[in-house]
This record gives sequence, structure tokens and C-alpha cells, in this order.
Amino acid sequence: MSITGMSALELGKKIRAREISVLEATEAVLESVRRKEPAVNAFITVDEEGARRRAGKVQKQIDEGALTGPLAGVPVAVKDNLCTKGVLTTCGSKMLSNFVPRYTAAAVENLNRAGAIVFGKTNMDEFAMGSTTETSYFGPAKNPWNTKHVPGGSSGGSCAAVAAEECPYALGSDTGGSIRQPSSFCGVVGIKPTYGTVSRYGLVAYGSSLDQIGPVARNVADCAAVLETIASYDNKDATSVKRQDLDFTSALKEDASGLKVGIPRGYFGTGLKPEVKEAVFSAAKKLEGCGAVVEEFDLGLVEYAVLAYYVIACAQASSNLARFDGIKYGYRTGQYGGLHDLYKKTRSEGFGAEVKRRIMLGSFVLSSGYYDAYYLKALRTKALIKREFDKAFARFDIILGPVAPFTAPRLGEQTGDPIKMYLGDIYTVSVNLAGLPGISAPCGTDKAGLPVGVQLIGDCFAEKKIIRAAYALECTGTYRRSPLAAGDGLPERGA
Amino acid sequence: MANIISDETIEYVGILAKLELSGEERERAKKDMAEMLDYIDRLNELDTSGAEPVSHVFELHNVFREDVVTNGDGSCDALANAPEQKKGGFLAPKTILDRSAVPHPEEGEGV
Repeated sequence: MSITGMSALELGKKIRAREISVLEATEAVLESVRRKEPAVNAFITVDEEGARRRAGKVQKQIDEGALTGPLAGVPVAVKDNLCTKGVLTTCGSKMLSNFVPRYTAAAVENLNRAGAIVFGKTNMDEFAMGSTTETSYFGPAKNPWNTKHVPGGSSGGSCAAVAAEECPYALGSDTGGSIRQPSSFCGVVGIKPTYGTVSRYGLVAYGSSLDQIGPVARNVADCAAVLETIASYDNKDATSVKRQDLDFTSALKEDASGLKVGIPRGYFGTGLKPEVKEAVFSAAKKLEGCGAVVEEFDLGLVEYAVLAYYVIACAQASSNLARFDGIKYGYRTGQYGGLHDLYKKTRSEGFGAEVKRRIMLGSFVLSSGYYDAYYLKALRTKALIKREFDKAFARFDIILGPVAPFTAPRLGEQTGDPIKMYLGDIYTVSVNLAGLPGISAPCGTDKAGLPVGVQLIGDCFAEKKIIRAAYALECTGTYRRSPLAAGDGLPERGA
Repeated sequence: MANIISDETIEYVGILAKLELSGEERERAKKDMAEMLDYIDRLNELDTSGAEPVSHVFELHNVFREDVVTNGDGSCDALANAPEQKKGGFLAPKTILDRSAVPHPEEGEGV
């Protein structure tokens, strides 16, 4: 098997066995990126020189026995909203198009400590606001299954890069589905951990009470190993949770016996593409075959989650993005009168249309006279949604449903209609509101051959249950390689 | 009930959000916001009177530590990305005696 076709754990094993050098692995990944990027545009920055230097250092540490972990020497790409010291971190925005952080995000630091080779920064919707990667200032990323389609978003670059075998695994971030939905659209595995599991220090904030960093890979074992590596308590993140049960790889058992799986009837109503429904139910059947007990039930408030989510996310975004003022870092307008003129011009020129739309809505729902009616109302709704999940998890170990109502749309298909785009998040946002862990795993394709993902949702801190179920499902043979991973439709090497 | 966003409201939101909108952007924003609010108003169907607002799902506690300096002088790092700097500080346009540039609702706001 080629180096780029290997999973992160396979590649790590061969590096430890000295069958492949860290530099060989790095060069193979860089070559794959050079070859596929014209078609995918999954990256905003590729740091070739930095990656080679780092490969030399890591090889030395492996040879000395200082690095023995499963990810040592394995190349990885991280979403461009994770700060990387000395490497451009744009958040997909003109506003940060010149921003070179002076520190590294805690999650990335954890990867570095494990000997990872962070070689590039992946494309994303501007400030993670979008579901298609089309709001990126650096142009849209494309779906490796069909480059006329979007990869999903906002972590579209991370998921496209993994599906195209430009890297074995990547980090993304998930505020309302931004890891799970593009994982579903690109046919890869992505985990949004329980809120507080991975430190948000160094993640450019969007909706702080919802944001979590998580892994994207081509199989469940890789995701579990990466999550084990990036999860840590961090006193630099006030919402960080002290957890003892971070040995996620211990849950990789090819068996789902005894797991109680609930399927919410409300997730399968109008608006859901029939082929998605079919693929998701086939996953449930397979889990049953692995010993799980599957039952349908009624989960309350499904249709209200998107409403509460957009109020809360936009409100927190308007507050978080107030820091971009053209004074401390980032873009500054060229022509201005006084200070307020500088602020307004900088922000109006630096932010794209979707970011402005959300900041304005957020400012409005937080403004005097509307705060109670909108923001507090949404926070109360959030409490009720959490209660509904608590009731469900008293009966079930796992909630199973679709990730998105449809498969990857064509480029440009969703940009004109914000509400239609927001409705696409109906199955993912409630997980963020309730702080739950969720995984998206491949479960089939639609008639056009585009991937469908199944979402497995666990109770807070119950990642191991969803990892176990996703692994059992994967062992039935659900993974498919994207055409672009195999190089289909690309010019011949050296052509 | 359909929401109608007036020129005054969008002007006010622009001031809060510190955004300057072109004529076309302003009309689009009025339409988008009205549509979003119509949509969000469906939350009113829900009786939330029995629920306390929850900002974080887990109870948050203040994290205390001893009042001891653990980091060094970070001023160089802090200034490294500044668009303009002067004598170890961020350089911003003059803010005093420049009342004409300050929109009225925020007069006296500190920077």
C-alpha cells in the first residue's frame, strides 16, 4: 500500500518499525498535496520547509527512544482556526489573512508533544460560519467524490484533505456540526467530543459555549487515537473538564452487543432525502446484526434546536468577533478618518457577507429590549433540549440518526438562501447545545455516488460507547475510498 | 407575524456591530434579518417559563490560583502582529477632541 493510503496508526507503526522514515512519510504527503490541491483546494497554507525540518527532529527523537507513541512521525493537517506559532492562521478570512500567531493552540501542542508533523492549515468557511466551505476568503474547497460538489463545512478542508488522501488525519472544529457534516459529505469519520474535553485555548472563538475541537480520519481507530492525544485538562480554558476516562482506544471492540440504540422518529420526517434515510437505516440494521438493540422513540423539540442554535451562536459570535478592530492584529483598512471610522471600515472590508450577517443578527438579539425575547429565550430552550436528551439517555446508550438531511450539494447551490443552509444543520446543532459527543461514520452512498454518514450521539462523557458502535459498524465494511484519493481524473504524475 | 426591519433599526445594529453597510448591503441585511427573525420567532410556540436559562451545560466554577507571576514579558509577542505600533504600544488614531467621528449613541465610550 502507498504511504498516503495508510491510516495514521498503520503509518505510525511502520515509522516505529523503521520501515518508513518520517521524512519519507512527510515527502509522500507533500507530493500528494501538490498533485491534488489544484482539484481540491483543501489547504490555505502548506508549510513544506517547516514540515521537513520537523521531520528530521522527530526522527531523531524516535531513534533516541524519546518518542514512542502511535502518532509519532505521522503528518497531520489542522484547520486554519487553530493557532500555529510562526505559521499563518487565517480562519478563512481576509481579516486574518496576514496573522501569524506567536503561540500554538493547546490541542496542536498536544499533537506536537506526541511527535506529529503538522504540515498544513486547512480551508474552512470564514470564521467557521458556513456549511459548505464556500464562505472562505481563499475560495471553496471541493468534494473529492465529485469536485463539482462542496465538501460541506465548516471543516470542509480538513475532511476533503483526509478523503483525498492528502493526509492520514486532520483536526477540525465543531460549533453546530462543522466536523460531522463535512465528514458525512466526504465519506470520512469525524468526532465532536463532549464539551470541555479538548482545550479551546488557541482556537479562534466562534460560539464559545458550543465550540469543540475534534479529529477527522479515514477510520474509527485513528479518530479514537487522535482524540486520546488531543484531549487534556487545561487551566487556560475556563470550560475545560477534568476527565479520567480518556483511554478512547480501549473502546475499539468489534461488538455492539447489549448497546441500546434509539432512533428518533422526528429525525426522519419531511426534508430528509430518501437515499439518506435508507443508508442510515441500513447502518441501524448492521448494528443490530452486531448485537445492538435498536428501537424507535420520540425525541422532543427537534425542530426548535436550529432556532435556539442560531440565536446563541450568532450572539456569541458578535461578542467574540468584536476583537477584530484593526488595532491589535489582522487586517487594517487603508483609508480612515477617526478611530470609529477605522473600526467600521476595517470590519466592513475585512469580513465577508455571511460573517456580517451573523454578527448583525447577534448584535440585534443581544441589544437592549430584545435580549430577553431572543437570547434568554434561546438559553431557556437550550435547557429544555438538554432535558429531552437526559430523558433519552435514561433509556438508550446511543441515539442514531442522519448527520444531514441531504448529501453534498453542488457548488453555489446553497449560497443564496441562508435559511435553507441553516436548516441543513437540523440534526447536528442540538448535540452542541447539549454539550454531547457525536460521531459521523460512513454508511453508504446516494444514487449519484456521494457519501452518506450516520450520526451516533452519546450522553456527556460517553464517547467510548459511540466509538465502540462506530467501530463495530465499520468492521462490517462500510468505508469506501474517494475517486480522487486514487488519483482518478488527475493529470498523470509529472504531466 | 412578519418582522419589518426599519432603516433606524439597521442603522442601530450597524453601530452596535461596528459595520458600515453600502446601500445594497443595507437592503439585503434588512431582508435577511427580517426573514431570520420570522423564523426564530417560532421559539415563541414553546413554553419556556419553567426553564432557567443555561449558558453552559456543565456548572462552571471560578478557577483560582495563587497571585504569582508565571509568564514573562509578553509585550513583544503582543505587538508582533500590530498594524502600527509606537514606543511599545499599539498605534491608533487620535481619540480625544475628535467628536465629529464618534457616532452619538456611544459618546464617551472608552477604548
